[in-house]
Amino acid sequence: MRLAVLVREYGIQHDSLTMNTPHQNDTLFPLMADKNAPLTDRAAKAEALRCLFCFDAPCIAACPTGIDIPTFIRKISTGHAAGAAKTILTANILGASCARVCPTQVLCEGACVVGHDHEPVKIGLLQRYATDYVTERDIQVLEPVKNWSKFRVAVVGGGPAGLGCAAELAQRGHKVVVFEKDSYAGGLNTYGIAYYKMKPQVSLQELALVESLGVEIQTGVTVGKDIPAEKLLADFDAVFVGIGLGRGVKLGVPGEEGPGVREALDFIRDIHELPLAEVPVGKHVVVIGGGNTAIDAVDQAKRLGAVTAALAYRRGEDQMSAYRFERELARADGCTILLNASPVEILRGTDGRVCGVKFVRTEVDACGKMSPVAGSEWIPPCDQVLLAIGQTKQEGFLRKLFPQLKIDAKGRVEVDPATGATSMAKVFAGGDCANGGKEVVNAVGEGKKAALAIHKMLAGETAGPHLQPSRYGTGGRPAGSGILNPVRVEER
Amino acid sequence: MADLSIDLGGIRSPNPFWLASGPPTSTAYQAHRAFEAGWGGFVWKTIGDPIVNVSSRYSAMHLGSMRIVGLNNIELISDRSIETNFREIAEVKKRWPHHAVIASLMTDTREKWHDLVKRGEDAGSDGFELNFGCPHGMCERGMGSAVGQNPDVAEKITSWVMEAATKPVIVKLTPNITNVVYAARAAKRAGANAISLINTINSITNVDLDRFVPEPYVDGASTHGGYCGPAVKPIALNMVQSCAEDAEVGLPISGIGGISNWRDAAEFIALGSTGVQVCTAVMHRGFRIVEEMNEGLSAYLDGKGMQSVRELVGKAVHSLRRWENLNLNFKRAARINYDLCIGCNLCHIACEDGAHQCIDLIDPEANGIGYGPGRMPHKAVPKIREEDCVGCNLCSLVCPVDDCIKMVEIPNGKEPMSWSNYQDRLAKGEMQPIPPHP
Repeated sequence: MRLAVLVREYGIQHDSLTMNTPHQNDTLFPLMADKNAPLTDRAAKAEALRCLFCFDAPCIAACPTGIDIPTFIRKISTGHAAGAAKTILTANILGASCARVCPTQVLCEGACVVGHDHEPVKIGLLQRYATDYVTERDIQVLEPVKNWSKFRVAVVGGGPAGLGCAAELAQRGHKVVVFEKDSYAGGLNTYGIAYYKMKPQVSLQELALVESLGVEIQTGVTVGKDIPAEKLLADFDAVFVGIGLGRGVKLGVPGEEGPGVREALDFIRDIHELPLAEVPVGKHVVVIGGGNTAIDAVDQAKRLGAVTAALAYRRGEDQMSAYRFERELARADGCTILLNASPVEILRGTDGRVCGVKFVRTEVDACGKMSPVAGSEWIPPCDQVLLAIGQTKQEGFLRKLFPQLKIDAKGRVEVDPATGATSMAKVFAGGDCANGGKEVVNAVGEGKKAALAIHKMLAGETAGPHLQPSRYGTGGRPAGSGILNPVRVEER
Repeated sequence: MADLSIDLGGIRSPNPFWLASGPPTSTAYQAHRAFEAGWGGFVWKTIGDPIVNVSSRYSAMHLGSMRIVGLNNIELISDRSIETNFREIAEVKKRWPHHAVIASLMTDTREKWHDLVKRGEDAGSDGFELNFGCPHGMCERGMGSAVGQNPDVAEKITSWVMEAATKPVIVKLTPNITNVVYAARAAKRAGANAISLINTINSITNVDLDRFVPEPYVDGASTHGGYCGPAVKPIALNMVQSCAEDAEVGLPISGIGGISNWRDAAEFIALGSTGVQVCTAVMHRGFRIVEEMNEGLSAYLDGKGMQSVRELVGKAVHSLRRWENLNLNFKRAARINYDLCIGCNLCHIACEDGAHQCIDLIDPEANGIGYGPGRMPHKAVPKIREEDCVGCNLCSLVCPVDDCIKMVEIPNGKEPMSWSNYQDRLAKGEMQPIPPHP
């Protein structure tokens, strides 16, 4: 049965969909409930009224999907939340999940001019307010097209990039089939977001939204195995590749293989698929890594009941790729962050169970070269190790699928950043497989940009988001609406 | 500490803050609370033959997060008996001998006016205010604004009151009139001691878009109410100043209309009011706001080196001239302080779409401006083309940052020339016409 029908007519059932429902688990694990409470009507209006309605607003330039933020906020302030949701979803089909998972501190809210001397406008929460408003009331703000073109586009990978591409193409009248290897599309949005930031239902509702536009999502289909890539090239007028990243990188230390050591993303996926009480969580959890996935893993381990949850990173705090606000959150939640801690060996007892991780302290010299400090080893107790030291690129898989596709030295699909065009005429790419791993919102934006380029290629029309002239910046230099050239903001 | 006490046409009060006749001044209970809080005067809710009110009675205009920017009221004069009102006035005067209690009156015949005045004086009122302004209910019975809108009638009735009154009489004027100065002159001719203005303005605050009946809702209908509150302040200031500058009026003024804090009060006083009256702000937040008013005004006067409120009265009255006497050769232009500019660019779009198209968006890097607070790389910043700037002020009005856009005088060495001078010189052939704006 189509997911949209399941969501619409039966609600999301744990049994039928094997996805966690918030109602089922939140009472047992209150810390896994949504970290941010939604805004009430009154709070939303008051917050919306703080927006200055900037001309040429920097928040738009900082949004990789170029949502017209001042306009949607103005609609909220006048009690027109459905119109606000339309503004959001027209620009970003995954607006509901981006409202929850975007690191707004370095995106829209980081750019907000109100924030220069006090709190920036809470754009993320307002976006959530508007998208929740239409979801809760089942208000359809995006109309499916009535007249379809003769063109068909295949999307390989149903993650944020693929969905961004598919939704945009469908709204421009092209039939799209999304091929997704997992049971549900949505990618990390469905399986990999920290549970206290977003429940998987939000992602499933978005899938229903994409389907409502006429997009066909085939799940459980691996391109290259269940359907050859050549067939896609032959049967479709264009192909978008948004397959994301591969399995996690291995640590390469003794003791790594065996029970008690797993990828952080698998742990997070369990949280989304199992009743929370059944998710295996150690008493003393050590997460290896310094990025935002590592933070998500350590924080969820703690919230699920680990007695100690420590994140270990080889270098200093300044080198961590995790955002400062994420590190602060983890510490506030009682997690420990071990710095300059390089794992040497995972120790196991005679029964094979993990009983500790041997670390060695590291030094980083002025040139950034890291070296272990001899004799500084120590062994914190640990019965579960989660690895979050990066994901592999899917270079081999891509070469098998499309032998002519150019892949760069870092294993990423080579694309024109403005269009997602690859070295193959009919093939476009975006998202993590092309950018090496960025935010959900970047993936949606790249999928959308590729869709606009595909539309131009197929229909011969230049289509783009409606922009006021100055959003292209001054002196011919595109400041962008965000979608063209997103501005990245430093953490305040 | 400056002396805040005033003498308004013979009525003395410890400070210039009086409560205007209205819902906050209905009872002795409220009077005691008000004087305890620090109010200087209390204009009793209009006394006359008791009326019957409807339910509901008020509605408001809210603006953004701001509640009651304007209030609309369809309540009539006091619904309590004349005896009760005067008995309570006597009680209040006994306890507060040095505070001003003014009886607001409204009735119709000469005999009834005489009777009310006499009973008011017996009760110990410090003066009277004649309600010639109430715009709803009473005017349909030939009272309130029906009187105030006809200067001859107002003059006649005022003269009846003056026949009987030994205490000072203030005539309260309605703004629902083409030119309030004529009504003020009528009060003067009749011998009144002072005027107070403005009463409320005819209004409908909003329409319920589901029911298609405005508030205040009374059984499927509404009626035109009287508008007051912060939104009416500019209208009131305009009328107060017009009366203050008029040579024929020459009466002390009790300023009313949207006064919510000491600054508002100081502006009314600077435009010619001897004292002020407040109602809506108290209906919104209670009597205790007067502490801020007294302290704020006192500190302001001290800061200006003024010994008393009297020194402030009318300071700005003569800064207003007829348009034709303004200097056409004066030039002002906007200047942006880039150390403060946050890059919202609202000034640009306001000028571009709403005014005179003289603010460009430029690249801050290429133009040596750099990045100020809240501005980002590649983000355009506004720049005024001063030669095209007409000095309209709009950009400085929309700018959300205090003092970021300043309007500065651009000296041009030209002699002042008003429109009147210009017409004279043209007629005499002393100059060529100024070319029209391109």
